[in-house]
Amino acid sequence: MKHFSEEELIAYYEGELTQREAITAHLTACTACRTELERIEAVLHALDNLPVPERGADYGRAVWQQIAPRLPEKAGRGWRAWFEPRRLVAIGAVAAVVVAAFIAGRWTKPAPDTGTPAASAAQVRERILVVAVGDHLGKSEMVLMELANAAPNSSGQKHINIAAEQKRAEDLLDANRLYRETAEHDGDAALASVLDDLERVLLDVAHSPDELTPAKLEALQKRIEAHGILFKVRVVGKELEEKQNTTNSAPAKTDSETKERNKA
Amino acid sequence: MIRMSESAGSTQDREAVASPVGPSQQAANAARDSDTVAVERTLAGERDAFRVLVERHSQQLFRLAYRMTGNEHDAEEVVQEAFLRAYRNLGQFGSRANFGTWAYRIAANYAIDRMRQKRNEDARRKTPSAQAEEPEQDPLDLLPDEKPTPDRLATNSELRKKMEEALKGLSSSERTAFVMRHWEGCAIEEIAAVLKSTTSAAKNTVFRSVQKLRRALEPYVGVRGVMQAKAAGATPDSTGTEL
Repeated sequence: MKHFSEEELIAYYEGELTQREAITAHLTACTACRTELERIEAVLHALDNLPVPERGADYGRAVWQQIAPRLPEKAGRGWRAWFEPRRLVAIGAVAAVVVAAFIAGRWTKPAPDTGTPAASAAQVRERILVVAVGDHLGKSEMVLMELANAAPNSSGQKHINIAAEQKRAEDLLDANRLYRETAEHDGDAALASVLDDLERVLLDVAHSPDELTPAKLEALQKRIEAHGILFKVRVVGKELEEKQNTTNSAPAKTDSETKERNKA
Repeated sequence: MIRMSESAGSTQDREAVASPVGPSQQAANAARDSDTVAVERTLAGERDAFRVLVERHSQQLFRLAYRMTGNEHDAEEVVQEAFLRAYRNLGQFGSRANFGTWAYRIAANYAIDRMRQKRNEDARRKTPSAQAEEPEQDPLDLLPDEKPTPDRLATNSELRKKMEEALKGLSSSERTAFVMRHWEGCAIEEIAAVLKSTTSAAKNTVFRSVQKLRRALEPYVGVRGVMQAKAAGATPDSTGTEL
């Protein structure tokens, strides 16, 4: 008599329909297979009696009370979220800055030398980027500062809510990507590198849970610190601020000046 | 499709639950319709509509999470995180799908991540000398004096510990497959979707998990079946070569 394998008997026990009738018929005649199935059942029945802790009838309400303060104002709408007015405005503003900078860049490129029209166009382009990126870095610095200084309160708080910082980090990410790509396109490796580091940190914050235990918050703070991003953001921000003050009077940077800065 | 039973039963029970007839099915359909309305209202900006979904599915998610993680605190965290993720990604949820099944899948995925994370942390913490210090226990010491029944066995705290250890000995995929198939009565396709594998791989994982549990626990609970078989005059082939 051909017996059924352990795998087939387990599948049979778990309600698998393949060969069901054949196995049932075989079991009535074969004591060995019946015993084998009983041994499988004995283990699984014992496991069935492992208790699951009871949760009262109001458990659902308790879960709601726990998560309600952590829920964003609106449910995630997937791709539809990209068409929300708030996000459209932000994307539009960043796109306008980039397009303006790009057009200004295209206008300057055909000029053989740093003649007067090209120089002024480059100034316009740079001024736009300086203002926009400076503003972006300022906002990013504020988010990172808040996270760096966050700490559980003295009453032994078990979770620290960073939902607000997370939301802002998420909003800053779209703009950061566009500025980084623009900086790369312009060959401003120093700025692109800082924006690249900043993007990693913002992503880390955006993908963290809304509520962190003190240990997890500390780990996040250490990761931020490890990038040295706050220092870099401050330095570049300051540099951009100074440049903003001098761009009106000073001529645009030449290629050699940019290369010198990247080297530094 | 996920079966919403309280606990696993016999094969007959499984077949009875699987048949889509009767008032329980009507109730399930009504709940599903009401879930769809709650999802639509939440997406329209009514945050409180999500509460209906949380209150309705929390128990089911807790049961799954507890069985997967084996720890109340972790299970509660899984439930909360599953609902938070569901809320954040509600736009990706197709309204024709079943919200319970979708949330269940999110919880299972998060529980797998959590189990893997804990396992890595434990592996880092556990030193080889600590492992060597664990005392070996004679299986015979765990056998109760009287005839063992599953109920009696489960109340035996030592055996319960052994069962918990055996479950911990499974990989996260195996534990997920076992919990979903054996305790939650999920279809193989559903398990394959959570494990991100093919159905044949998922089937194999279920088998492997039961086989491992059997190897670990049979010395403590398998006696009953063998004794009964002996009493009936059978000669079971314990080698399994032909089975």
